[in-house]
Amino acid sequence: MSQARTLATARRVLLQLRHDPRTVALMLLVPCVLETLLRLIYAHHRAAFDQAGAPLLAFFPLTTVFLVTSIALLRERVTGTLERLLTSPLGRLELLLGYALSFGLLAAVQAIVVCALTLGPLGLRVQGPVALLVILAVCVALLGIGLGLLASAFARTEFQVVQFFPLIILPQLLLCGLLVARERMPSVLHAISDALPLSYAVDGMHQLSRQVGAGGAVSADIAIVLAFAVGALVLGAATLRRQTD
Amino acid sequence: MTGRPGPSRDDAVRFEQVTVERGGRAVLHDVDTSFAAGRVTGLFGPSGSGKSTLIRAIAGVQLRVRGAVTVLGERPGSMAVRRELGYMTQSPSVYEDLTVAENVRYFAAIRGGEIGDVLERVQLSSHANQLVRNLSGGQRARVSLAAALVGRPRLLLLDEPTVGLDPLLRRDLWRLFGELAAEGSALLVSSHVLDEARHCDEVILLRDGRIVAQLSPAELSVRTGTEDLDEAFIRLIEPR
Repeated sequence: MSQARTLATARRVLLQLRHDPRTVALMLLVPCVLETLLRLIYAHHRAAFDQAGAPLLAFFPLTTVFLVTSIALLRERVTGTLERLLTSPLGRLELLLGYALSFGLLAAVQAIVVCALTLGPLGLRVQGPVALLVILAVCVALLGIGLGLLASAFARTEFQVVQFFPLIILPQLLLCGLLVARERMPSVLHAISDALPLSYAVDGMHQLSRQVGAGGAVSADIAIVLAFAVGALVLGAATLRRQTD
Repeated sequence: MTGRPGPSRDDAVRFEQVTVERGGRAVLHDVDTSFAAGRVTGLFGPSGSGKSTLIRAIAGVQLRVRGAVTVLGERPGSMAVRRELGYMTQSPSVYEDLTVAENVRYFAAIRGGEIGDVLERVQLSSHANQLVRNLSGGQRARVSLAAALVGRPRLLLLDEPTVGLDPLLRRDLWRLFGELAAEGSALLVSSHVLDEARHCDEVILLRDGRIVAQLSPAELSVRTGTEDLDEAFIRLIEPR
C-alpha cells in the first residue's frame, strides 16, 4: 500500500470535481432541498418531521453519493483510464481508497451543510448529541461511496450502473425501519433487514432523535455502518478485475 | 517465418505459443515472437488482425491468454513490470475534465516520477493549462502519449499513437520514438499505416492473429522486391 499513490488519486478526483462545479453544487444542494421539502410536507405534523427528518438525513446523502461514485468509476472503465491505471503501480485498493477519501471529504461537507440546515432553520428536534448525528451522516455517505464503487465493478455501461440504485439502495429503504418498525416486520424480512447497513444507520438516527444520552448504542450503530463501508471497499477492490476481454 | 531472433538476444518481451480467445474464437493463434530493448519494434497489420490484443497481453490486462508471455523477465501485470511499463491505449485514455498538466502530473505521481520534459517532447507545453475536453483529437492522443512516457518507463507499448495526426507531427513522433529507443527503452508501436514501417528497426506483420513475418524494413523490401511498403505487405500476405 502506498500512501502517496492513494493521496495522488484523491487529489486527482478532487481536481476533476473542481472543474465540474455544477456537480458539486448539486451534491450539496439536493439533500437540502429534499429536507426542506420534507419540512413543508409535515408543516402541520411537527412530531412526524422529527421522526422522519433524522433518518432521511442519512438516506438522502447516501443516494447522491452512491450515484456519483458508481458513475465516476464507470467512466474510468469506459474511457480506458481504468485499464491504464491497472497497468501502473497503482493498486486496486489504493485507487478505491483515493475515491473514498476525495468523495468522503465532499460527503463530509455535504453532511455538515444538510445537518446545519435541518437542525437550524428547519428546526428538527433531536435529543441526542448533534456531533454523533453528523458523524453518523458522514459514515452513511462513506457507505454510499463503498457501495457505489462495488456496484460499479459489476457494470459495463451507464444503463447498467444506474439499475444498481433501485437494486441495492431502494430495498434497504423499504426494510430499514423507516416505513414499518423492523420489529413489526415478518421474521424473515426482519432477519434480512438485520443484514443491511441502512437499518443500523436508521436505528442510530431514531435513537438520536428520541433519547437523551443514547451515545453508546449510537456509537455501535456508527461502527457497524463504518464496517459495512470498509467491507464494501475491500470487496470492491477484490472484484475489480485487472484482466478483461 | 523469417527473422526469428536467436536465443542470445536479451528480450524485453517474449511470446511462446500464445493463443488468446475472445468471444469464443481465437484472435491470436500460437504466436511466437520477441523483441529487444533499445529498438523501435513496429506492430503492423490490418484492423482486426490482433494488434491491440497482443499489446494488451503484454500489458497484463487481456483475459484468456494461453501460452507463455514474459515481460522484462517477469509475468505480465506483476508489480515489477507495472513499475517499468508505459501503456498508451488505442483511444486516448486520459481525464477529459482535467488540464493537460494535471493529467500528466497524476500519471507521474502514481509512477513515482517527475513530469520532466514530457510535454515538450509531445509538443504540448503551450497547451499545459487547457482542459483535455477542449483539445482536438490529435492533441488528446498526444496527452495520452505523454501520460505513457512520464517516469521514463523501460517498456513502452503504444497502440496506434500516430493515428489521425498530420504528417509533420507523425514524423516528429517517430523521431521521438527513435530517441527513446536510443535512451534504452523497448518500444512496441502499432500502426495500420504500412508506410510508417520505415521508421522502425524491426517490424512484426500480423494478419488474422498470426505473425506473417518479423524482419527489418530493408529485408521487407528485398524479400518482396518493392520499395512501396504497402505493396510489400500485400505481396507478403497474398503470395502469387
